[in-house]
Amino acid sequence: MKPTAAIVGTGNIGTDLMFKLLRSTDLELRYMVGIDPRSEGLAIAREHGVEAVDQGVDWMFDHGELPDIVFEATSAYAHVANAPRYQEAGIRAVDLTPAAIGPYTIPVVNLTEHIDEMNVNMVTCGGQATIPMVHAVSRVVDVPYAEIVATVASKSAGPGTRANIDEFTRTTSSAVEVLGGAERGKAIIILNPAEPPLIMRDTIYCQIPDDADHAAIEASIDDVASGVAQYVPGYRLRQRPQFDPAEKGRPARVTIFIEVEGAGDYLPPYSGNLDIMTAAATKVGEEIARHIAKSPATTEVTV
Amino acid sequence: MPYSEELDIRVTDSSLRDGSHAKGHQFTTQMVRDVVGGLDRAGVPVIEVTHGDGLGGSSFNYGFGLEDERVLIAAAVETATRAKIAALMLPGLGTKEDITAVADLGASVIRIATHCTEADIAVQHFGLAREKGLETVGFLMMAHSQPPELLAEQARIMADSGCQCVYVVDSAGAMILEEVSDRVSAVVAELGDDAQVGFHGHENLALGIANSLYAIRAGAVQIDACTRRFGAGAGNTPTEAFAAVCERLGIRTGIDVLEMFDVAEDVVHPIMDGEAKLDRLALIMGYAGVYSSFLRHAYRAADRYGVSGADILLACGERGLVGGQEDQIIEIAVGLAEAAR
Repeated sequence: MKPTAAIVGTGNIGTDLMFKLLRSTDLELRYMVGIDPRSEGLAIAREHGVEAVDQGVDWMFDHGELPDIVFEATSAYAHVANAPRYQEAGIRAVDLTPAAIGPYTIPVVNLTEHIDEMNVNMVTCGGQATIPMVHAVSRVVDVPYAEIVATVASKSAGPGTRANIDEFTRTTSSAVEVLGGAERGKAIIILNPAEPPLIMRDTIYCQIPDDADHAAIEASIDDVASGVAQYVPGYRLRQRPQFDPAEKGRPARVTIFIEVEGAGDYLPPYSGNLDIMTAAATKVGEEIARHIAKSPATTEVTV
Repeated sequence: MPYSEELDIRVTDSSLRDGSHAKGHQFTTQMVRDVVGGLDRAGVPVIEVTHGDGLGGSSFNYGFGLEDERVLIAAAVETATRAKIAALMLPGLGTKEDITAVADLGASVIRIATHCTEADIAVQHFGLAREKGLETVGFLMMAHSQPPELLAEQARIMADSGCQCVYVVDSAGAMILEEVSDRVSAVVAELGDDAQVGFHGHENLALGIANSLYAIRAGAVQIDACTRRFGAGAGNTPTEAFAAVCERLGIRTGIDVLEMFDVAEDVVHPIMDGEAKLDRLALIMGYAGVYSSFLRHAYRAADRYGVSGADILLACGERGLVGGQEDQIIEIAVGLAEAAR
């Protein structure tokens, strides 16, 4: 039997994620859990034969057969409240909020590193898009400092992101260090209201040594970019990486330009920022599902 | 309604913030002390000191600052005897931590800027600033790009979050006379007594002072200027000329005009890397509606990739770039170089 899954949160992210999980051959999506009976996400779930719950996670714990994996697409606040309950019930959590209770996970960087953790965090949309590039550079040379600039279409930044924009910069810059491998990280997010909405574009600057092997860095960047594109088909480099020598007041650097076009599952293709989040969560969820299927005992043992 | 009993309008001099762009973010503590000392002597009521792109702006993307901006702000606070010191921050780049830091340094005014359609990303920052006892100003940047009604809606979001004065900000120096007064009027009508209204102009179409007067006539009571136009693009509304014009029109600014002329000539001019120029690229910014601080970056990218700076800026306008997207200037230049090959 395939491991079962629930999506908690029926907004844009939860609904887009649903389409991706419905295509999965590694897990079976059992529940779509929300709190608003009128939510469009729940209606779509019903249409696709997924049990739609409008009474929140309480219903799942009180009445349901518990899933093996839950994907949290609510808010950091809600996940902080829900996470201990999942853990107690032996449910593995893939956290798409900025709560960051569990370790950061970016498939192309550390897909299996935390495979036994009960809770893993998907960083931020900007982090999923840019940190692979920092990682690509830092595995070749020392990166004392890395800086990422994420530009997303205004329409694809929901109320949660807007109300907590500091969480984006804080979580992303921390993950640039922890997962990207830079000694110091900085993150900048910009919302652009242009019409038609522009596809998510990100720029990654990495400080590199003066005598760095540019060819080796470029090869690493290409390699990691194609690794991300395997689970986010719309991920690509917009230009060749640009190398600049040190000049007054500025160290040597490599600049990398990427864009992320969404798959258009639920949200339009310009929402690459949301697509990369749900695609990465799907990849991680499937890996966990395969791991559970291989060693079912790990989920049943209570310590 | 005047700004206060003593002043019809309150001027904020941004030479040490907007001028940071023109100076490549190379201000020293001594320069800050000299300029703040001079402006304070001349009676300029508010002086803004920050990296050109706001708190946390020191970066690859915007240019590294020579000195830590917090050190510069502390020096400004220490030097001013009567002027208030202001700092700028842009949510998405700066954070609440930066606001707390400048409050602790003794700055009295925080100016929080968003693109003019994105006011709701600043709600928590206004809230925190008020808790910290800071006076709050909101910047609706690139205001030329949106109609008056929409600016009014966005101004309402800022005012409801704790902003005490919402500025219509002509970041691109693209607005012309009634385009200013129509927008200011709409914001004044929306805000009523809930918050004041201000205007920040650039000289890219040589209209800084004229536009500021239109703003005042439409009800703005706070106006930004930079001494000797020391700011991004072709520079900003010149403080000394604006003070003189106001005096002649009977608009009280509290600035000693002759003292201000001396400060402009003897204190500010010597630290500038040349005058603010209304040259081809600056004109294109005003004409095509491009964010003024892109100017230096466009010059550098044009030089590095052997392409036309004018073409870069026109592409910035076509793509609808907003403030902060300096990274795209390089990307555009690389693309132009590829296309030419």
